[in-house]
Amino acid sequence: MLLPKSPMTCRKIMEILQYIISNWALIISRTGEHLAIVGVAVGLALITGVPIGVAISQNRRAAAVTLYAASILVTIPSIALFGIMIPILSLVGQGIGYVPAVIAVLLYSQLPIIRNTYTAISNLDPALREAARGMGLTRMQRLREVELPIAIPVIMVGVRMAVVMNIGVTAIAAYIGAGGLGAFILRGISQTDPRQLVTGALAVSVLAIIADFGLLGLQRLLTSPGLRK
Amino acid sequence: MIRLEHVSKTFPNSTTPAVDHVTLEVPEGEICVLLGPSGCGKTTTMKMVNRLIEPSSGEIFIGDRNTADYDPVQLRRTIGYVIQQIGLFPNKTIEDNICLVPDVLGWERSKSRARAAELLDMVALDPGTFLKRYPKELSGGQQQRIGVLRAIAADPPVLLMDEPFGAIDPINREIIQDEFLKMQARIKKTIMFVSHDIDEAVKMADRIAIFRDGRLVQYDTPDNILAHPAESFVSDFVGGDRTLKRLQLLTVNDAMQHDPPRVTAEDTLETAAAIMAEHGHQAIVIVGPRGRARGYVQLSVARGGKGKVGENHETLPTTVKPGEDLRTAVSTMFRHDVSWLACIDDEGTFKGYVTLRSITRLLSEAYRDG
Repeated sequence: MLLPKSPMTCRKIMEILQYIISNWALIISRTGEHLAIVGVAVGLALITGVPIGVAISQNRRAAAVTLYAASILVTIPSIALFGIMIPILSLVGQGIGYVPAVIAVLLYSQLPIIRNTYTAISNLDPALREAARGMGLTRMQRLREVELPIAIPVIMVGVRMAVVMNIGVTAIAAYIGAGGLGAFILRGISQTDPRQLVTGALAVSVLAIIADFGLLGLQRLLTSPGLRK
Repeated sequence: MIRLEHVSKTFPNSTTPAVDHVTLEVPEGEICVLLGPSGCGKTTTMKMVNRLIEPSSGEIFIGDRNTADYDPVQLRRTIGYVIQQIGLFPNKTIEDNICLVPDVLGWERSKSRARAAELLDMVALDPGTFLKRYPKELSGGQQQRIGVLRAIAADPPVLLMDEPFGAIDPINREIIQDEFLKMQARIKKTIMFVSHDIDEAVKMADRIAIFRDGRLVQYDTPDNILAHPAESFVSDFVGGDRTLKRLQLLTVNDAMQHDPPRVTAEDTLETAAAIMAEHGHQAIVIVGPRGRARGYVQLSVARGGKGKVGENHETLPTTVKPGEDLRTAVSTMFRHDVSWLACIDDEGTFKGYVTLRSITRLLSEAYRDG
């Protein structure tokens, strides 16, 4: 652990801690906003991405095209994506704020979720599919009883990647007035206030770590004991 | 009963049929082994029965119903299916694996779970230990036993087995085959069984269907296939030692001389020598008061000898039981360097004897008839 070298640094750290303590309620409410964006968007991404991943596992061409498109989406810098959405969403009066933030996170989440679902389903042992088909399970029963339960650990890895990545993206959404922990960083920069800047950065990082661990726990809970290593 | 009538299959992008006008009937309660080299159409034929592959032409009946009249999913639920790779679902416990078809058929939970326990008992796996385990905790042999149980869980009349014991090591394969035959004697399913192993086919089959290039070249009992191969392909496939393989199909009882002459310990050597001379035997078995085999006397000893048989007897080096197969009997003879064996039943009663000559004669009978 690095110890502060000068009384000057020491005082700054004290100031930051003091800021965190006295703004605890604000930090909590902005964390809530942050999670509302990421949670809703990744939740929606699950609802769309898993079926897409399952569907494209039937067709190699469709899989290649879809995964390529999803990869391109991720290469768009988030600030540019927000920029593009402002004129488009302004048509429905939602140019800035919560809605474009959720849409951006939804788009960025597609790649890890679709790709991991696709990989898990298409790498399923063909013998299991054959056994399930030969026993008289319908397509939906095969998905529900066999394919998805076996795919869950891999899909959950995708969800964790999406959540961690998008907790970062959401911080930038403060620029378009979506709120969240990014607001501390934004203010910190514009007001040259290291206390807010550090508080925001720290909170975003801690949130990402906690979310990842929480989802890891959920992943273990959802994985059949028969699949654990 | 499974009946195939002029069934053919030509896959898309192929001009030659994979299965070419196959007609065969598996009678109720029998095991039919589809046998042949890779790519001969045996697996395709089997998969057309549960419509995992749809026939290009021809009809398949199970009982009296044409399989084409069923919904494929409903059809498959009435046919047990076992594959070489086993395919137990790793996310489900043994219990849930076995109960999967009963569950989709809507059985009551208590009924299907009781059935799973009963089935495990049948293959001598303790239900208390195994029901809640996951497939990865079981050995390959145990997994394939579960694979078979899963196929018969909903008590389907018909079973399809695609090289079910092919991936199991030879020692365990023998054990599982025997176990399966014992189970089949109780459950009497109509079974179509794909194999490329002639020894397995001879052991398991009531009838063997030999395939070549999509055609059924011979359909007969194992003994007839071995004794009278229909064409050179069949004789090549069953192997140059096909007559030896027949030994497995015949029991000591088939080759045994029943109730041969015998002596007791109280008889004199003269009597023994006279009986042997009369029957042209080189040795004679001595029995006790309740008919148990006690030993034997050789002609060379009895001839010219004085005294009682009991004082000059030799103990039998080994014996066989009437129910054992001739392969075991011949192997025992070779191991003990003898040309005949006394046959005794489970109580030790002397039933007769079997000689190398009687075995040769029995084997060659089939060829003389043909």
